[in-house]
Amino acid sequence: METPLIEFRGITKSFGDRTILDGIDLKIYRGQISTLIGKSGTGKSVLLKHIIGLLSPDAGSILFEGRPIEEMSKKELEDYKSRISYMFQHNALFDSMTVFENVALPLQQTTNLKQKEIRSQVMDRIEQMELADVVHRYPSELSGGMQKRVALARALVTNPEIVLFDEPTTGQDPIRRNSILTMIARYRKKFGFTALLISHDIPDIFFISDRILLLWKGKIAFQGTYEESTTLDHPMIDEFLHSLEGFHDELTGLLSKQAFRMRYDSIMKPRQKAKTFTAIVFRLELDLLCQIMGSELAYKSFRTLGEFISTHMDNQGGFSARQSMDQILTILPHTEIDEARNMLDVFARGLNSLLVCSNQDGPDDGKQEACGFEINVYAGITESVSNEDIEKILIRAKAVEKVIAQYRCVTRRELQSEKV
Amino acid sequence: MQTSAQNSILLSPFQYLGKQALITVNSLGAVTIFFYKSFILIFRPKQVTGILRQVYHIGATSSNIVMLVGLFTGMVLGLQLYYAMVKFGSEGVLGSVLALSLFRELGPVLTAIMVTARAGSSMTAEIGIQRITEQIDALQTMRIDPLRYLVSPRIAASIISFPLLTAFFNLIGLLGGYVTGVLLLGVNSGAYFNRIQSSLVMSDITGGIIKSLIFGAIVSTICCYQGYFTHMREESSGARSVSISTTTAVVLSCVLILISDYIVTSFYI
Repeated sequence: METPLIEFRGITKSFGDRTILDGIDLKIYRGQISTLIGKSGTGKSVLLKHIIGLLSPDAGSILFEGRPIEEMSKKELEDYKSRISYMFQHNALFDSMTVFENVALPLQQTTNLKQKEIRSQVMDRIEQMELADVVHRYPSELSGGMQKRVALARALVTNPEIVLFDEPTTGQDPIRRNSILTMIARYRKKFGFTALLISHDIPDIFFISDRILLLWKGKIAFQGTYEESTTLDHPMIDEFLHSLEGFHDELTGLLSKQAFRMRYDSIMKPRQKAKTFTAIVFRLELDLLCQIMGSELAYKSFRTLGEFISTHMDNQGGFSARQSMDQILTILPHTEIDEARNMLDVFARGLNSLLVCSNQDGPDDGKQEACGFEINVYAGITESVSNEDIEKILIRAKAVEKVIAQYRCVTRRELQSEKV
Repeated sequence: MQTSAQNSILLSPFQYLGKQALITVNSLGAVTIFFYKSFILIFRPKQVTGILRQVYHIGATSSNIVMLVGLFTGMVLGLQLYYAMVKFGSEGVLGSVLALSLFRELGPVLTAIMVTARAGSSMTAEIGIQRITEQIDALQTMRIDPLRYLVSPRIAASIISFPLLTAFFNLIGLLGGYVTGVLLLGVNSGAYFNRIQSSLVMSDITGGIIKSLIFGAIVSTICCYQGYFTHMREESSGARSVSISTTTAVVLSCVLILISDYIVTSFYI
């Protein structure tokens, strides 16, 4: 079995007579995104600060690659800390320094690199984070999203193996929230770090997390995948997890994953086993769209897709929910597959005309040259029988998906000629 | 029952005094350790740029205000001493008295108080804001020692700047005395400078410099300490705690300047 990258064994921490962490046992695996969730004030940040060494446990042991950190020599401890970065909830950028100086500081102060080399590494990170235009600006002159990117650039400039994110999306609207989470997932893929997040943003966080850790009354009450959490019968899951998830997905306006499952079960369970229904999976090339147009505009497009699905499918008795970062599943319980195909054709024609942007409302600033691209919207349609597992339906529908519409960005002149 | 109440009333002043004494001793110990740790870190690598930046901030940018205060201190001393001395017919020793007052006492003390008000308060506010906005925690997570990066350069720069600013203050103070004593009130110019030269000895100058070195260390340590531990204040938090820390730093520095001035002077006389 794989050795966890970081493991907590019986970690206890009290402040005065208040016990915050009461025998925490958890495991974080290399290369994964793990998300720590829990009520406010239950010690999530305290737990995170133990990993970076800002706090020490009263009892218990923290293991890094199987080795207790309290047994490490000073040099080994320094080496361990050098492999971890921490991104603060409110970014903690140095407000009297420019973006460049902020990102360069860890290299200037903790390495013996030459100025030229530092400059090149910092500029690499800044360009990767799409911050080249604001390199000489101060943090107060940047938008919230840009400040997050600067904080991430600073956290990643030392090439850490582990990045700890303390509520990176708190206080953001659904679009910005999803774009920050996508940014984390995208850079995790690009740089290969292990991530541990604290977040309350359910269900958005589930789409990028490999593992969920639930902190409950000073202990880790659950650790595993989202799917495992849905099958767990524990009052804490109902009381906390499902209450946070709510009934609607704020980004798309569709049902939340949990509400979708409940609706699916309530409709399918009373039906005869042999009775068929139709399922459609929609997928937008969101990653590509993010790269070309910027994540905020990409998520606006995704929201548009969600709203359009809701408008067309709900009046047929259908219900839909986001199943992953870029996929929406629609169940049409009373529709035969042929009828659904006709519906999909009409839907696709409408969507095609909706997903055209001109230079004016198209890509973000600095991405105007990107006009002329085409990004596909896919749909896969399949027939299913009552009570079939949703995961199986998804796989089958995805296997037959094809392009139904294209997100096009055309120049203003092209748009006018199309209208004529 | 009554006896126990009486005992508690009788004991309460002692309990209060004991508690205050413990707090004072604890704080004194904490400040001393804070100074010691920060002072040692001055000699670590990568400190030169930070120290030079702080010398500019604490020293260079304070020089104008210090010289202005020095000029008017010299002028007012010239006036006051002249009117006191002329009563005894000894106005010729104006230069001596003025120089000794400035070099031994007023130069180091007034310079330290001026720099406390100008640069000391900004040290506390800057470090305090960095503390409450988690910038100091961020430094720790990046393996940058906040004492080395934020505090040591300020202490080093103060120890360098205070004697230099005091020297400026003294020089300009002498010129101020010259303006009122010689140019306005008619003391002989030669006698003024001759008296300065003959009465000032090296120990007067070194005594003043030693005082300013000590004041530099005290002011920078107190101001940085107050800012660094802003978050530990029990009576307030956030911006309010920064404002209280800044006020406390300035008041405490001024009081400690005067107390330490007395102690150092008593050793030097």
